[in-house]
Amino acid sequence: MKYKFDFGALAEYWPQFVDGALLTLEMTVLSTVSGLVVGTLVAIGRRSENKLLSRLCGAYVETVRNTPFLIQLFFIYFGLASAGLRLPVVVASVIAMVFNVAAYTAEIVRAGMDATPRGQLEAADSLGMSLPQIYWHIILRPALERVYPALTGQYILMMLSTSVTSQISAEELTGIANNIQSNTFRSFETFIVVAGIYLLLTLILKAGFWGLGLALFTRRRRLGTSL
Amino acid sequence: MSAVIELKDVHKSFGQVEVLKGVSLAVERGEAIAVIGRSGSGKSTALRCVNRLETIQSGEINVCGHPVHDPKLDVRKLRLDVGIVFQSYNLFPHLTVEENIMLAPVTVKKLRKAEARALAAQALARVGLAEKAQSYPEQLSGGQQQRVAIARSLAMQPQVMLFDEVTSALDPELTGEVLRVMEDLAKGGMTMLVVTHEMGFARKVADRIVYMHQGRVWEVGDGSMLANPQTPELRAFMAHDL
Repeated sequence: MKYKFDFGALAEYWPQFVDGALLTLEMTVLSTVSGLVVGTLVAIGRRSENKLLSRLCGAYVETVRNTPFLIQLFFIYFGLASAGLRLPVVVASVIAMVFNVAAYTAEIVRAGMDATPRGQLEAADSLGMSLPQIYWHIILRPALERVYPALTGQYILMMLSTSVTSQISAEELTGIANNIQSNTFRSFETFIVVAGIYLLLTLILKAGFWGLGLALFTRRRRLGTSL
Repeated sequence: MSAVIELKDVHKSFGQVEVLKGVSLAVERGEAIAVIGRSGSGKSTALRCVNRLETIQSGEINVCGHPVHDPKLDVRKLRLDVGIVFQSYNLFPHLTVEENIMLAPVTVKKLRKAEARALAAQALARVGLAEKAQSYPEQLSGGQQQRVAIARSLAMQPQVMLFDEVTSALDPELTGEVLRVMEDLAKGGMTMLVVTHEMGFARKVADRIVYMHQGRVWEVGDGSMLANPQTPELRAFMAHDL
């Protein structure tokens, strides 16, 4: 096999790489925040005593977790377009990502919530706290602390699967890479560079989650023990 | 004088098992009542019915003017008047001692943080743990955790305090420190219903002792009742008390 690497051919494209990486990061942050909020609400809904609400949330979670992300993306972008709702590519992508990751979030967060000792709920109940107060002050933060590694792992996976949105020509990192390699015919080099950038983004994201964890879980920061 | 806690012919079943078979009991304001009896006699269940952690099948329970048996009762109002302390402390592990105590005054009673903090300091001083305000529960011994749990209930300024075997998980030394706090409370005039296996405490502190057996109130009396049981069941029960 004879192949001469020529990364020089990519030099003039670096602003595009940066743009793609930034768009990937923006989509990821937006979907992570929204996905966490929506997913947590779905988890609460699934734990509700209201059977209808609980089943609806369960049906949503199972549907999303048992269909491919690409199909969900096509459904939201092309499906809604043919029904008359034409969304910009990035908007459709982010909606699809939130729709997808919220379902995984819901299951992870639900596991964390279910692990709350019953005695703590009885104590809160006996102090006169309402259900929303109990969720906010007693259940949520320890639940997130328990499942934090699983949760952040899920969001890193989601960041990587933003590459799928290049299929509806979102100009995130993979989309950009496709353009560049078809202009330069330097696909080997292009994808090596892109893989490197994805690695870098993952590290940035991990550092971000680590910092967020420190800010959020005061007890863990001070004592260094797990719940 | 009317009773602050009144149970009338209370029946409670878990599935097919009838745990309370017609329990009646009246507690006056300022009284400390010890409820004793072997495991499974229904004493903890009776206590949990008083603040509606369990619902009853029939009978009446009135607590501080709240009809607890009424399905339409505003449970949160009842709980403002009734504090409870559990065997397993049930502190919130992610909050400091002070935050544990401040939480309900701030969220439920809508006190300002400064007021709640003062209240927490006061409650902690009362249980002798003023210096532990910034600790987390896991940094405390079992006895200290239980005293924090008592302080957390006290900070809500309840009219009645329920204690559900609060020393059963503690060694004798830690049991002593918790019981001393409870004795102070009783002397301060708090209305208390105490489910306990501590016969010494029942004898010394309780105004009246209630012996429960097989889901019924079997015998009621003052401290001398333990020395002179009227029923063979209480006599057998006391035979194990060294």
